[in-house]
Amino acid sequence: MDDYGTESDSDYTSYWRDWFISSRGNEYFCEIDEEYLTDRFNLTGLNTEVQYYQYALDLVTDVFDLDCDDEMRETIEKSARHLYGLVHARYIVTTRGLAKMLEKYKKADFGKCPRVMCNSHPLLPMGLSDIPNLKPVKLYCARCEDIYNPKSSRHASIDGAYFGTSFHNILFQVYPALIPAKSAERYVPRVYGFKVHAAAALVRWQNGVRDDMRRRLRKMEVESGFKDGEDDLDDDEEEDDPEEDEEQLALVRRDPALGAGPSGAYGGDAQMGSVA
Amino acid sequence: MSTSSGTPESWISSFCSLLGHEYFAEVSEEFIEDDFNLTGLQNQVAMYKEALEMILDVEPEEDDDDDEEEEEDEEDISGDVRDGPGGRERRHHSRVASDLSVIESSAEMLYGLIHQRFICSRAGIQQMSEKYDLGHFGVCPRTNCNQTRTLPVGLSDIPGEDTVKLFCPSCLDVYVPPNSRFQTVDGAFFGRTFGALFLLTFPEYDLSRSGAETASTLGRSADELTMVNGMYARNIAPGLGRGKIYEPKIYGFRVSELARSGPRMRWLRDKPDDVTVLDEARRFAEEHGAESDDDDESMVNNNNRPVASARRRRPAGNPTLRQRQGLNGSPMNVDANGAESEL
Repeated sequence: MDDYGTESDSDYTSYWRDWFISSRGNEYFCEIDEEYLTDRFNLTGLNTEVQYYQYALDLVTDVFDLDCDDEMRETIEKSARHLYGLVHARYIVTTRGLAKMLEKYKKADFGKCPRVMCNSHPLLPMGLSDIPNLKPVKLYCARCEDIYNPKSSRHASIDGAYFGTSFHNILFQVYPALIPAKSAERYVPRVYGFKVHAAAALVRWQNGVRDDMRRRLRKMEVESGFKDGEDDLDDDEEEDDPEEDEEQLALVRRDPALGAGPSGAYGGDAQMGSVA
Repeated sequence: MSTSSGTPESWISSFCSLLGHEYFAEVSEEFIEDDFNLTGLQNQVAMYKEALEMILDVEPEEDDDDDEEEEEDEEDISGDVRDGPGGRERRHHSRVASDLSVIESSAEMLYGLIHQRFICSRAGIQQMSEKYDLGHFGVCPRTNCNQTRTLPVGLSDIPGEDTVKLFCPSCLDVYVPPNSRFQTVDGAFFGRTFGALFLLTFPEYDLSRSGAETASTLGRSADELTMVNGMYARNIAPGLGRGKIYEPKIYGFRVSELARSGPRMRWLRDKPDDVTVLDEARRFAEEHGAESDDDDESMVNNNNRPVASARRRRPAGNPTLRQRQGLNGSPMNVDANGAESEL
């Protein structure tokens, strides 16, 4: 097992796994324990998934000593990375794996949520499929419960199956204390201070959906997780404070052409066509 | 009065080509030279006059005589400029390096504030739409938005409060630009209005197209041109609703809403299956009989479905044409292709 690290001659380290997780683009992976890798039970079924399975496993566990040409070595290297990824998906849902990923999550190693209202909440890697070679890795934000594409193309090309569809949900089942407080805060498109009718109507509808859910949860006595108390359920539908209205008026004065004005019963949404 | 002919590149175009300034449009000199467009800005920017000169590439005059002369020229266009902070006395000092850097930063601030107004004008929004077509503003990071092009917006109109954000018309949410170089660009230079105004000005963009494809306008079929609440129904948050909401699963089983870790934010990405239920005016009219006045009716009839209260049916004909006429009533309406730009 001498010079297997052909890909990065300078980065030569004694363990393949060390080299793998420290190489560029692999920041999302955590290190799999040796015991986990050497327990055949954990690798059940992977021999049919990975080409040159035995050599790849030898390489990952640093017992590779086959004398072969570069092309063959390259193929085995590729298989080893694939194998590592597939074992990784299984490992990160174990107790030790979850703990390791949690550390990385706390350090925001997976990046931060791009959504402005999430205030840079750390993300978690996830797959949209557990079958390899289908979908690249995505990033899950526990605060807005949505998934995002990784910023860098290095990460965008990692297979999502190396993280799996369940890991991030299991993490929060195991560590419920880490579930972030949910917030009803959101962006409302405005023109010179006036809400845009189409978007505002959708926001009203969505707020209705949210309030229904919160009522349902309250009935079942389940914690909704919203940081603003359960009681203000009915007040938060329209948060038009007088201050804001004044600000809107001031802004309209600046451009009278657009001050078509609030249209009565349906809340002051600026609206195309109402002028006609 | 522009002296930029001698210089190879104007201040404006060199500012716009700086790293991190990719989102900026080049404000036309005519727009800046129109005093009306600068109303109130002299109180917001230190060394206003010098900054304005820098933006317009007017050579700073060392000679006092020239100075006066030039100042008189300028009085025509920038009226009460001299009330501005840092006004007159400063101009008679010869400029030192530190002064120049102050003016430079003032000029950037002033340009940004003018830019905020410019991109809401016809010429400006047209220029921004060209940049949008070319994908200069990036795409939405949300997976279910499928690379929809975004628009640069500010969360405040007051400078110094927040950096520029990207507004995704597909999920109606705002995101932090992926590249950190945009985290030094003030959001007020784009303003709160631009994003929403853009969608109202160019209602015919096909927002469901991804940034990788060429930007195009909506098809012409009647179905695609159904109007709801003043927008084409297809363009109301195309990235939201059934099938576009992430469903958490563990080993293939959905996580229950009743679980502590269950989904709580689905509403944020939800949308009614039939967007016409969002037409509150029509629903109100249906519930309350024929009380709606004529103003409302134009909205009501934009749906191609029978309306209980409608007293007269719209004559058969091209619905597109009628909608277009309706839209022309708006002061901000510009033809989608900018054919009738008037500035």
